[in-house]
Amino acid sequence: MSQTITYKQAITMAMADAMEEDERVLLFGEDVAVAGGAFKLSEGLLERFGPRRVRDTPISEQAIIGTAIGSALSGLRPIAEIMFADFAGVCFDGIANEMAKYRYMTGGQVTMPATIRLGNGAGTGFAAQHSQAVENWFLNVPGLKIVVPGTPADAYGLLRSAIRDPDPVLFFEHKHLFGTKGEVEDAPALVEIGRAEVVRPGTDVTLVATQLMRLRAVAAAEALSAEGISVEVIDPRSLVPLDVATIGESLDRTNHLVVAQESSHDGSWGATLVARLMATHFESLDSPPLLVGGDDTPIPYAGPLEELWIPSVDRIADGVRRTLAYGHPA
Amino acid sequence: MSTKPPATGVAADIPLEEQLDWLRSMQEIRFFEEECHRLFARGLVRGSTHLAQGQEAVNVGACRALRVTDTMACTYRGHAAVLAKGAPLDRAFGEILGKAEGLCGGKGGSMHLTDMSVGAIGSFAIIGAHLPIVLGTALTEQYEGRDGVSLCFFGDGSTNIGAFHEALNMASIWKLPVVYVCENNLYGEYSPLATTTPIERLADRAASYGMPGVTIDGNDIGVVHETIASAVARARAGEGPTLVEALTYRHKGHSRSDPAAYRPEGELEAWMERDPIVLHERALIEAGVEQSRCEAIRTQAEADVTAALERAMSWAEPSPESRLEHVFA
Repeated sequence: MSQTITYKQAITMAMADAMEEDERVLLFGEDVAVAGGAFKLSEGLLERFGPRRVRDTPISEQAIIGTAIGSALSGLRPIAEIMFADFAGVCFDGIANEMAKYRYMTGGQVTMPATIRLGNGAGTGFAAQHSQAVENWFLNVPGLKIVVPGTPADAYGLLRSAIRDPDPVLFFEHKHLFGTKGEVEDAPALVEIGRAEVVRPGTDVTLVATQLMRLRAVAAAEALSAEGISVEVIDPRSLVPLDVATIGESLDRTNHLVVAQESSHDGSWGATLVARLMATHFESLDSPPLLVGGDDTPIPYAGPLEELWIPSVDRIADGVRRTLAYGHPA
Repeated sequence: MSTKPPATGVAADIPLEEQLDWLRSMQEIRFFEEECHRLFARGLVRGSTHLAQGQEAVNVGACRALRVTDTMACTYRGHAAVLAKGAPLDRAFGEILGKAEGLCGGKGGSMHLTDMSVGAIGSFAIIGAHLPIVLGTALTEQYEGRDGVSLCFFGDGSTNIGAFHEALNMASIWKLPVVYVCENNLYGEYSPLATTTPIERLADRAASYGMPGVTIDGNDIGVVHETIASAVARARAGEGPTLVEALTYRHKGHSRSDPAAYRPEGELEAWMERDPIVLHERALIEAGVEQSRCEAIRTQAEADVTAALERAMSWAEPSPESRLEHVFA
């Protein structure tokens, strides 16, 4: 039997099931216990699992990340919530210098099964300091796994996998997707970290997108099918590890690559993916890869301005058209 | 907030045999760091190295108040603390020399000595980074209903970084079994404390976090041991964290590139008279230990350090492939 749940419910359910399964799993963060989370993602968990396992912290991101590191290396499986992913700036040292490198710098003496959940992404009018695609900040820090679910099923399945994972996982929850619905089994499946999903098969162009952009990429693909363009939409679902093989295999068939991302270009996962595929699949390409992303500006507040910043369905569809038109001027 | 009476250098309620072992440990650490100094001069230590000569009583006195299963985190000036917690001399040398058999397989070096098998969970080179991390090791003990304690060494400079505030605050509200030990050696890198910090007694900061704060003579190993033992007992009993400020002095500069020219004339000499090893030895002899016994301990410590270094020097370099290991489990 299957059921329809929201992205938000999937996250709550995954935490509850993980805590049910493993006594070592606990959750802490700002207002996650009594208030049930700023985004209500941990609603009911305090009542169900008690204050030992569901804990409110002060507004102290460095302390939250430090607690995650120390408890993970000493045998627990902490889930730490950073309310808005942008606050990772406050505890960047803990994540990038300590958590990511701990195992390596100690020659493998330590395992670090910590899951950090971060509220990510734009589209909800929170302005420049509460809307960024923060997953990109950590791409150049070896030692972190980076997970970016776009559907309720993936949010559930990947969060369960993240909590079981022996390594630190940054789990980015897109704020604009909390209310989106999707089908999952009554006992939803775990999703392996590092496996891309071919969301929509196609033959003419490979379109890669995550989270909110995945939804818009599918909408663009549907619009383009009316024009006779067959788009293959792929969601990597995790950026580290990145399933380049699945995307490369698609590219070998379609010979065109478009990436839609909610980020400006430099230092982004899309730019990284393009660079990698240029190096390994150059011969497959019939056109230059195209990155459809945000402007090189902070994210603006006003609704119309923010909507211009985030790639729209039309902008993504137009990118696909331009890519396919390369070498065939109208 | 008390300043303890002047040095006695010996602990009234601890058997002398055990205190002789404190002396052995301090002597080993002193010789170990003198060798590090020479190895650096010979170009065998990469990057930099930060010596703690003169501060041994804080590290040894505190670690001897812990169980092996208790955890200890320290700074990049951490050779002494990690050895005091029980790490082997040869593998510590091996790490500093970047050898495969070093404590961390040559991936950490002087600033990151770690030996999880003895509870030395890390040496941290970002000032203050470990103060929040010990919240987690302490939380695990509390969570599992065990009575282990996490001890955290840091310097006076760390009390001015934000992580100090976040960590002590949360340790206190969660009543975590942590003992925060500030090794106040009067200088944050090259800057005298008075130029960076508007108060004289760093233990006063404990009041902001509702925890006890005590300032002690960090060169008197008896006082250090007694103070830490009582803070550890308090933590084990579930009564929460304590901040201990141990006044001490590093004989060398901040790092190997620092001749410490900023120190006022006579300051080093005055502190050398209060060298923790000298104080402890003198007190042991006054308590009835034969001088020859102390000398034998010194000679043995030197020989053990020399032998450990010889072993470490003979070890292989890490294999090229090892650089790719341990990014993920």
